[in-house]
Amino acid sequence: MKATFGATKGIIPPLVLGLVTLLLWQLAVVGFDIKPFVLPSPTAIGGQFFENLPTVWSNSLVTGFNSLVGVAVGAVLGILLAVIASLVRTIDELSSAVVAAAMVLPIVALAPVLYGMFSASQQTARQLVASLAVFVPVYVNTLKGLRQVRPVHRDLMRAHAATTWQTIGTVTLPTGLPFIFTGVRIASSLAVIAAVIAEYFGGPIGGLGKSITTAAAGSNYPLAWAYVLGSIILGLVFYLAVLAVERWVLRNRGS
Amino acid sequence: MTGQDGISTVQDSKTDQKTDAAHAADAPAVAAVNVGKVFDGKRGAQVVALEDINLTVARGEFVSLIGPSGCGKSTLMRLIADLDQPTSGELTVFGKSAQQARLDQDYGIAFQQAGLLPWRTVRQNIELPLQLHKVGKAERTERSTELLKLVGLTDFGDNFPDQLSGGMQQRVAIARALAESPNLLLMDEPFGALDEMTREHMQGELAHICAETGAAVVFVTHSIPEAVFLADRVVVLSPRPGRIRAIVDVKFSGSVERTEHLRESDVFFSSVSEVREHLHGSADANPLGVDN
Ligand SMILES: Nc1ncnc2c1ncn2[C@@H]1O[C@H](COP(=O)(O)OP(=O)(O)O)[C@@H](O)[C@H]1O
Ligand SMILES: [Mg+2]
Repeated sequence: MKATFGATKGIIPPLVLGLVTLLLWQLAVVGFDIKPFVLPSPTAIGGQFFENLPTVWSNSLVTGFNSLVGVAVGAVLGILLAVIASLVRTIDELSSAVVAAAMVLPIVALAPVLYGMFSASQQTARQLVASLAVFVPVYVNTLKGLRQVRPVHRDLMRAHAATTWQTIGTVTLPTGLPFIFTGVRIASSLAVIAAVIAEYFGGPIGGLGKSITTAAAGSNYPLAWAYVLGSIILGLVFYLAVLAVERWVLRNRGS
Repeated sequence: MTGQDGISTVQDSKTDQKTDAAHAADAPAVAAVNVGKVFDGKRGAQVVALEDINLTVARGEFVSLIGPSGCGKSTLMRLIADLDQPTSGELTVFGKSAQQARLDQDYGIAFQQAGLLPWRTVRQNIELPLQLHKVGKAERTERSTELLKLVGLTDFGDNFPDQLSGGMQQRVAIARALAESPNLLLMDEPFGALDEMTREHMQGELAHICAETGAAVVFVTHSIPEAVFLADRVVVLSPRPGRIRAIVDVKFSGSVERTEHLRESDVFFSSVSEVREHLHGSADANPLGVDN
């Protein structure tokens, strides 16, 4: 009850801010007579968005699927490797350097290289970029979560002669679960961003990123912006979906 | 080396094994001989937590460990539980190494913190040891129902731990420790965080449970009345390094059952003052006389 109330309350300020921004934006474009290639008005973007809803939708499906593959593959690998790293100190130490590098490297920068590695007509490179973007925050957060195990729980498992895998399943992963969710939640919108931007660098036709570049190249800026709007919505959907699952799972298990 | 020597060695080891097996059947619950524990502290500094601990806990016996904080009570309990290893001396549990006893699940344990898993219901927490040892679901449910009743939490099986008071959580932890009907119970200040009223109530319940199950108990506490009320023997430890300063026999006459009226008895008061004298190391207490 409290959480739901808190969540609704938390949504109001950004909503107001968003609406005010849109209003000022509209007024500025009309008032200062700003040209569409500089900045189209929100109503023009909205108009294009609804006019091209079918294509925005079909392109969202392409990008959305790539992002989904990225979230699934990246999250599974991130969690798995974090579990292994929490067991084997050397892997932990080795990986921390790689992860530190991955954190400063914009992963989409790998897209052109990856396009060269896979057939240009396939989505593989894009999905790989999304997976990598997801992997890093999931791995980092999971590893942090797995280290939160309370000493009394560790003693308890040892006292009951639990095997390593029993300990991981009954104590370590459940303890880390809130952290794992935080990682996946952050990663979910990163997956969409990575999938969209990866499309800028090549690959097959289709996808929101490709559509943005195509529309912009044809000087159809309101349409380009409509695809940007589609990307924002897609990212939001991913984020909210993970948030919903997170809330549901954590509430149903009592804490 | 002659052949005869070889033969006699073989024979020796055979008889050794036999006597070992014979020992194991009636070996005491805990036997500590000259046990010591030194922790490696920061920058090479060493902490002597325990020194020369000689203690035997018979099967079915209730032994309280008492002493000022930091004297090594928890450490001794952790050694028995094989959560830490002694740095000197020899420690056996039911005639086996502490490690073997742990692997055989010969003891149940309750910590100062209840240590329940917050994402499991009360019932699931109680069933944890059974689940870890692959006991079937039907049998688990039956056992946890029994235990919920034993600790008076029948209506709370489906609650999560954070919906329970501290005293109730501790009762869940005790039920969990009892889940596999161990012959040895290790308890580290399990009532430490409770208020006096709940505490006395829980002591009564624990005494009742122990009388019913016949398990040996090693019970760590820093409350003198608690130690005396529950125990057959109270082991008084000295401040660092932890050594056994005295062992006080608590002889409640006749009935063994511990009920509230015992707290008013003369034996209770005299035992309390005896323990207190040893604990404060007063002149009339003989520090080594009772040892061993
Ligand atoms: N893991 C450890 N590392 C270093 N010193 C420890 C460790 N555990 C306990 N000690 C030290 O050993 C002594 C006994 O501790 P403990 O057994 O917890 O005392 P008690 O339970 O009687 O209060 C204390 O001085 C404590 O600081
Ligand atoms: Mg202690």
